[in-house]
Amino acid sequence: MASMDKLRNAAAEEGKVSQPSLYASQVTVYPKAVHGPARAVKWGILVFCLTVYYLLPWLRWDRGPGRVSQAVLLDLPTRRFYLFGLELWPQDIWLLTGLLILSAVGLFLVTSLAGRVWCGYTCPQTVWTDLYMWIERLLEGDRNARMRRDQGPASLDKIWRKLAKHTLWFAVAFWTGGAFIMYFVDAPTLTVQFWTGEAATEAYVFIGLFTATTYLLAGWAREQVCTYMCPWPRFQASMLDEQSLIVTYQNWRGEPRGHRKIDAGKPANAGLGHCIDCLACVHACPTGIDIRDGVQLECINCGLCVDACNEMMVRTGQPKWLVTWDTLAGQKAKAQGTHEAFRFLRPRTLIYAGAMVVGITVMWAAMATRARLDLAVQHDRAPLFVQVRDGSIRNGYTLKISNKTQARAEFVLTMHGLAGGAMLLAEQPATPAPALVLPVDADGIGTFRLLVFGHPTPGSDGSQQFDFILRNATTGERTTYTSVFMGPRGG
Amino acid sequence: MPTKIEKDALTGRHTTGHEWDGLQELNTPLPKWWLYTFIACCIFAVGYIALFPSIPYGRDYFHGWLQASSRTAVDADVKALEAQRAFSMDKIKYTPIAQVKDDPKLLAVATAAGRIAFANNCQPCHGAGGEGRVGYPSLADDTWLWGGTLADIQQTITYGIRSGNDRARNSVMPNFGAGGLLTPAQIEAVADFVWGAFYGHAAEGQDLSKGRAVFAENCAVCHGANGEGSRTVGAPPLKSAVHLYGDLRAAIVAQVTNPRMGVMPSWEKKTNITGLDEATIKSVAIYVHALGGGE
Ligand code: SF4
Ligand code: SF4
Repeated sequence: MASMDKLRNAAAEEGKVSQPSLYASQVTVYPKAVHGPARAVKWGILVFCLTVYYLLPWLRWDRGPGRVSQAVLLDLPTRRFYLFGLELWPQDIWLLTGLLILSAVGLFLVTSLAGRVWCGYTCPQTVWTDLYMWIERLLEGDRNARMRRDQGPASLDKIWRKLAKHTLWFAVAFWTGGAFIMYFVDAPTLTVQFWTGEAATEAYVFIGLFTATTYLLAGWAREQVCTYMCPWPRFQASMLDEQSLIVTYQNWRGEPRGHRKIDAGKPANAGLGHCIDCLACVHACPTGIDIRDGVQLECINCGLCVDACNEMMVRTGQPKWLVTWDTLAGQKAKAQGTHEAFRFLRPRTLIYAGAMVVGITVMWAAMATRARLDLAVQHDRAPLFVQVRDGSIRNGYTLKISNKTQARAEFVLTMHGLAGGAMLLAEQPATPAPALVLPVDADGIGTFRLLVFGHPTPGSDGSQQFDFILRNATTGERTTYTSVFMGPRGG
Repeated sequence: MPTKIEKDALTGRHTTGHEWDGLQELNTPLPKWWLYTFIACCIFAVGYIALFPSIPYGRDYFHGWLQASSRTAVDADVKALEAQRAFSMDKIKYTPIAQVKDDPKLLAVATAAGRIAFANNCQPCHGAGGEGRVGYPSLADDTWLWGGTLADIQQTITYGIRSGNDRARNSVMPNFGAGGLLTPAQIEAVADFVWGAFYGHAAEGQDLSKGRAVFAENCAVCHGANGEGSRTVGAPPLKSAVHLYGDLRAAIVAQVTNPRMGVMPSWEKKTNITGLDEATIKSVAIYVHALGGGE
């Protein structure tokens, strides 16, 4: 906004605007291409992130015949999240919460150390905007060519370039929207179904939605998202302090700024700082601001201005890094001719790092000890018990066995604490036995109606506690469920 | 009205002209597209108000041009469900009952339909879980007066017991006491025998021979020589822990003297206007069979 203010104020001073409007038109930013380490890192991260995003749904993972074969699949209808070898059930959803909290704390830690590197390098808004700008540059040329063409009249050249750009943007947006849905539906199946018109309506709706948002946000909204929509820039200030590494213009070195007179020799240039006021940093900035104005809300810490300025410094034979990464404290010290070392360890970073260590430990421990077997038992409500002909008492139960392993398994059910207890499955012709073998499909829940016969030990209220013990015959994992056996009062 | 719009010396920005006790408001312009988005949302809201139920008029409300209502949506859903169910129930009707049980899909429909029909029609006598009560047999235990196979249960529900239906299950326990077939002393003796030998309450050294003789002569023909009962005539087993008319010696005396004989209505639509159709009867039979005692 600072740069916009400048434009508006300049206009106001020229007497064009008497009363500044409460609404501002979007000032188109024409970022200029730069080369340098920041740009290289940014390209690298972009290629990596997009490759993972677009191709990950196509990665296959063998879970056995008839099972889900996609490496990463968030299968909402069957309520299973598949992450490579890991398979999450609805009960594990807290892991997602934990992961989100860890991500937030991680973001805090990184920001307090190195400013908004998330914004500058890895945020999807930044990554896709960068990709869209690359396409734009490919078809319409760099900053100056684009500005000239935009101001010029409509011509065949202008029309085909714009048309090609928007077509390409749309294609990328469509692929982006499609890839997103593939995290929720099997990728090859969806691809076929999409083109044969057999995909679910939801799939078309969401692909359409994400195509539209990608195109609008990366093609048109760009820095407006960061400045006006995103909450992060608004509260990042609470993570930053004087010790955070941020992109900084070294005021003490650059000022007073001024153009160099090539021919005039040294005396004409005397008293000038290193900044030649070439505006290369401003032209390179994807958010259209001037880093020389200091820390600003709009700055996403991408470092492209660093690359741009370095180029100028080399050309004018001055030391590089006039615009650099430094802390506010470091700059203050340097301005006074002293030096202040960068401090990694500060209460803030220690607290964030500590919170992460605790979070990761807790989640890792919970994951490692996660039960692969779950038993839930419900006692019949009516009748509470049934007397049978031979005088014994029968109780009915509904058992739910969750088999969280990848293989169909047989589970051995036994009882403990019920004298003479025997059981059978309802509607199964069998004689009651002290143990039962219950098969449950891989990654499935088996529901069984169980009839238990017993002679409860006489108790005043007729009921007694006993345990169901369930053991996976293959893995040996076992679990216990304490239930109750009811009988006649005083029996 | 803003009056004094000026440039703030410190920030170089314009003010809005608003001033409160010397505090001035800086102008931070909102992007124009934001304003347009707001206007677009307002237009959308107007359209929404026109299309959907929106404005309350006291007792009634404006229904919207689309006449959308979640109540009609539910009605449609219920109708669709009924249509779907009608198809399944039809299939149950024409499928032999044993095969219904083997088809998991039909079984699920039958069990659900049976549970509801049971709760509406059978529960008053037989209890919520089919546990029965004195005089009304339990359907959850392993004692069946007339048989506990699916076919037996279906037959009993359809035609009833002593219901007056031509094909009902019928039997009569003779009126031994009031009819003068047995003397009070004989009745006491046979009660002693049944109570002692079958119910398991014989006192040490008790002589049951007199009652045993009476039993063999009068009762064994239906209840079996060893009190095992008979399903052909619906005679309850006596050597059992489960007793239809209660677990008391007095109940034996009462039953022999002046027998109670339960009646179960016929649920056939033909003879019972509040009866059940064939598919529902089959469903109830399947549900009852699964209560725990099915054979
Ligand atoms: S690129 Fe460097 S020299 Fe040029 S205006 Fe920016 S800070 Fe000054
Ligand atoms: S000022 Fe520099 S670091 Fe900040 S957004 Fe602009 S180019 Fe990136």
